[in-house]
Amino acid sequence: MKKQAQVMTGNESCALGAIAAGCRFFAGYPITPSSEIAEILSMELPKVGGKYIQMEDEIAAMGAIIGASLVGVKAMTATSGPGFSLKQENIGYACIAEIPCVVVNVMRGGPSTGLPTLPSQMDVMQARWGTHGDHPIIALVPNSVREVYDLTVRAFNLSEIYRTPVIMLLDEILAHVNEKVHLPELSELKIVNRTLAATHPEKYLPYEHVESDIPPFISFGEGYRFHVTGLCHDQTGFPTNYSVEIDRQLRRLNRKIDRYKDHIIEVEQFLMDDAEVGVFAYGSVARSARRAVLMARERGIKAGLLRPLVIWPFPEKQVEAFGKKVAKIVVAEMNLGQIAHEVEWAANRKGEVHKVNRIDGEPIHPDQILEAIL
Amino acid sequence: MASYSTQYDKYLRLDKYPLIWCPGCGDGIILKSILRSVDKLGYDKDNIVMVSGIGCSSRTPGYVDFNTLHTTHGRALAFATGVKLAKPELKVIVITGDGDATAIGGNHFIHAARRNIDLTVIIYNNFIYGMTGGQVSPTTPSGRFASTAPFGNLEPTFNISGLAQAAGASFVARSSVTQVRMLDKYIEMALQKKGFSLVEVMTPCPTAYGRRNRMGTGLALMEWLKENTITQAKAATMTEEELNGKIVTGILVDREKPEYTEQYLKLIERVQASQKERAHS
Repeated sequence: MKKQAQVMTGNESCALGAIAAGCRFFAGYPITPSSEIAEILSMELPKVGGKYIQMEDEIAAMGAIIGASLVGVKAMTATSGPGFSLKQENIGYACIAEIPCVVVNVMRGGPSTGLPTLPSQMDVMQARWGTHGDHPIIALVPNSVREVYDLTVRAFNLSEIYRTPVIMLLDEILAHVNEKVHLPELSELKIVNRTLAATHPEKYLPYEHVESDIPPFISFGEGYRFHVTGLCHDQTGFPTNYSVEIDRQLRRLNRKIDRYKDHIIEVEQFLMDDAEVGVFAYGSVARSARRAVLMARERGIKAGLLRPLVIWPFPEKQVEAFGKKVAKIVVAEMNLGQIAHEVEWAANRKGEVHKVNRIDGEPIHPDQILEAIL
Repeated sequence: MASYSTQYDKYLRLDKYPLIWCPGCGDGIILKSILRSVDKLGYDKDNIVMVSGIGCSSRTPGYVDFNTLHTTHGRALAFATGVKLAKPELKVIVITGDGDATAIGGNHFIHAARRNIDLTVIIYNNFIYGMTGGQVSPTTPSGRFASTAPFGNLEPTFNISGLAQAAGASFVARSSVTQVRMLDKYIEMALQKKGFSLVEVMTPCPTAYGRRNRMGTGLALMEWLKENTITQAKAATMTEEELNGKIVTGILVDREKPEYTEQYLKLIERVQASQKERAHS
């Protein structure tokens, strides 16, 4: 029997998706427009035996979820622009130490304190490159309340499969919009849990060069007593200055996402079969883009939409094919063209992409996108 | 003395030797004291998580055969809070230094103490940033020299133990590597204390602090520390003038307070019980 329809916001569905995925630890710090995620989890986690803690700052919240995940408890934090900036060093730590966790960033206008209550998509590049050093990242960009739920579940699964932090990029519109949703039954969800490797503790190498490039991850407290550090390390996890091993480990770290990107990347094509004008949009903007495509069709223009659900790794192949197919490309986003640049590059259309941008805290209206399509 | 028969090898990752610490450094004395205490209390190695930040002190976990977590600068207590709250059955020991704990990590330090979360924190206070080459720290005495205080330090110092006491810690003691038996006792007490427990340990850094301040060899610095370290009992007999520049060791706080993770588990019980009640009615 289908669950009853509910009306909820993206922040609510994010919190509920996390619990469904098995998240039992949340550390956070109040920040608009993400605070409801913390508020809901402070209420819901104890009911399922989970833990919620409001830390003294954003940096601490990020550190705490890494600690919790390391001892085997699925963990998440949620924040917005300024807080996302503060978390970056520890996000890098989770990358190099290969500790699964989920970081939700509800994008608001920036830079700095910017527009606390208004939406933007200004953090897409920060999600990719915000922390220092070469590292891989996975970032998801849902566009509806239901999709926030589904992708939050997927974020946890991806983080466990690939031993990596996963970033959920929401925006203020998605966070606060109320929509009718039918949430799935728990039994309908695919949940990935960490499994204890069969390796003997004496032989366990937490950063082993395995064929898959993803060494099995065992939690602290299971009798394996290994070392975890943010320093460049060898297979044992202990720091090394040996250039050959540093190179090998860092290349593996980056390769472990790159080689699986076909499994990670997810895009939606809307009316793309015969499209001559292609719109590329993600997150809440994709909803305006969808409307604009329909409005263009009403005017006899063959428009279509390519919408990524995963923005990092970037859907290069899909955008390349998109570029070959359409005569004109429109990229709509609530920033000054951060992803348009990626699209230009992937589609091999330098300087030819039509950008629709807003940075004033107002959503992009379908008319604006339609104008660019025409 | 029974404690000196500790088989240190059982707890050490000897293949990671030699230690990175300089000759004359006191950090190894603290490491041994921790191992003696862990041994005496009979803790299971699998059940111990040792968490550290960045700096000379924070390299300690690399040498011990526990679950060891070397985190980012200043953030050991944040990571440790996640570890402890997620799995309260684990024994969590945090190793940090004066700069790591009270400069970049100062916020986490006061809040972990305020929360009174069950962590045993051992601060190696060597009055300087040793690993990065001798920069001034929040505990560098006023007037002393550092690579970034070439004309003398203008700033007053932090009283780390006083800070932890004021913030709400259950147990706070100050000791020195020149008072090893006292140090052993304090670390043992701290490990057994439910709540946030701190042992601040004064330790010499001949390479960065001693050299910049022309305090002589490692041995001379150790002697300087010994001479200037006095017990609370002795301090009680001295005038304020006589106490100037002295380091007073002893137990500052030993009190019973609600511990955070225990309180949280009770909260879960309470919430789940009322849920069940609601389901029945």
